[in-house]
Amino acid sequence: MKHLSKLGAVAFLVLLLVAPTMLKSYGVYLFTYWLIYVIATMGLNLTVGYAGQKSLGHAAFFGIGAYTVAILMQHGFSFWLGLPAAVLLCFGVGLALGFPALRVQAIYLAFATLGFTTAVWLFIRNEEWLTGGTFGINNIGRPTLFGQALDGALPYYYFVLAVAIVMAALLWGLLRSPWGKAFQALRDNPIRAESLGVHIQAYTLLAFAIGAAYAGVAGALFASLVQFIEPAPFTVAASIMMYLMVVVGGPGYFFGPVVGSAVGVLLPEWLRFAQAWYMFVFGAAIVVLMLWLPDGLLSIPERLRAKRLAREASAARAAAAAALTPNITQGAQ
Amino acid sequence: MSGAHQDALLQVQDLRKSYGAIKAVGGVSFEVRPGEIFGVIGPNGSGKTTMFNSVLGQIRPDAGRILLKGREITGLSPRALNQRGVGRTFQTLQVFGKMSVRDNLIVAAQEHRGSMFSRMFAPGESNLGAKADALIDQFRIRHVAHKRAGELSYGQQKLVDIAMAFMSEPDLVLLDEPCAGVNPSLVGGLSTLLKELNRSRGGSFVVIEHNMDFVMDLCHRVMVMVEGEVMAIGTPDEIRANKQVLDAYLGN
Repeated sequence: MKHLSKLGAVAFLVLLLVAPTMLKSYGVYLFTYWLIYVIATMGLNLTVGYAGQKSLGHAAFFGIGAYTVAILMQHGFSFWLGLPAAVLLCFGVGLALGFPALRVQAIYLAFATLGFTTAVWLFIRNEEWLTGGTFGINNIGRPTLFGQALDGALPYYYFVLAVAIVMAALLWGLLRSPWGKAFQALRDNPIRAESLGVHIQAYTLLAFAIGAAYAGVAGALFASLVQFIEPAPFTVAASIMMYLMVVVGGPGYFFGPVVGSAVGVLLPEWLRFAQAWYMFVFGAAIVVLMLWLPDGLLSIPERLRAKRLAREASAARAAAAAALTPNITQGAQ
Repeated sequence: MSGAHQDALLQVQDLRKSYGAIKAVGGVSFEVRPGEIFGVIGPNGSGKTTMFNSVLGQIRPDAGRILLKGREITGLSPRALNQRGVGRTFQTLQVFGKMSVRDNLIVAAQEHRGSMFSRMFAPGESNLGAKADALIDQFRIRHVAHKRAGELSYGQQKLVDIAMAFMSEPDLVLLDEPCAGVNPSLVGGLSTLLKELNRSRGGSFVVIEHNMDFVMDLCHRVMVMVEGEVMAIGTPDEIRANKQVLDAYLGN
């Protein structure tokens, strides 16, 4: 099983490296777009899936990241300054928002962060002097790496892929450190965690802020991908969409965001044949999926395993009963 | 009473807590000595749980002082108490269901290692693997050590739950109804296990329990609470022989 999943991971990586070379530039663009959402929702998966905090503020952090890079590059600064600035700003705003907001939980936190998304969106739309308002910011450049301009669709794709792999590796490490255990402990049972010395407030705040920083990275890459940003991709609806990607993929599964973002970004594209109906088909698919697999797509192997265990257990019971039966009949004689 | 026993591990002095007009705990004082297993019994509504929750920082008492090793701990948060060496279990099962048994034990002590920052880069097991394995063997849960805690039977989860309270080597462990929901045939084993832990690891235990045989077998001293007040404190034999206790509580 372990062998199989390792093989699968390698095959997947090869696919990611090779597939775009066979695609037209729009296909490569879509793949890049998808990877950017993978980075963003990896962060949201940390907040939601591992630390159990229901946040609807992720599109706002995505937007803060995108606008930080766009504004800095507009003023002649390099992408390489914009990217860390976006990350730090998102981390800082995450701490500042989380400090009061994380005092409430579940649906209340969802509403608090939803309010935050609305506020950020309004700021982006109204503060024309800084953000260009509804006209947005145009002509955002692509970064240069080792003297190579990443202007083409493919070079930029590989750059985003490299960033995604680095971000995934960092998250993997974090989840395997004591922090990862603390996150999962406070998600599973905060009261018990606190009685074991886990600093609930500090860990939830850090999970939230690190999640926000991931959105910052994604936002920065997004601005440079689309090269023109305006307020529309950073609405409450976008926040809900990102949350949906985490839930569809499987919250608390490491590769959940990879699958969830594919559903959220690529599926609508494949459904274009349905034209006006595509949102309807997409919505219906989500309803069916949530009813069938409430723990997300990646819970399928676990479900199969649970079914197999249940089947084995009932077979064992049947065998035990069969072994007893002769004794009973003998006893009756 | 002040300074009567300098060597007491836990001192509770004149603890009081009311909910509106209802007096839950009205002036309770007692001491727990180092290494002692101290039982608390009393009928439902006698204030055991309120007393327990006050000591554990879950609720703030109206009056009274609580001292651990001579230092005041009244009103400290559950986390701060744990950092000062107080472990506990809950009346209901409280394990981390999606984590393995071994990880449950490791997370139960990792916050006692290093700083918040250093834990970000520390090895996943925080060098607690050996300690976790020792407890796993002592609790005889080796065969389920790598299963998710939530997938175990109730009795096994109960053992994990209790083992977690001991991971950080606390000076004082408060056990809230350890027998609740445990198969009667296993209660004797649980008592033996707790005695063994008390001997091998030291530390004092405070045990709230309704199972009278269990308490009398396990505890060095027992406190009887009735209507928010202490009716008697003594050895199990003294409690069994106490006429007042027999009439009020055991007698029928």
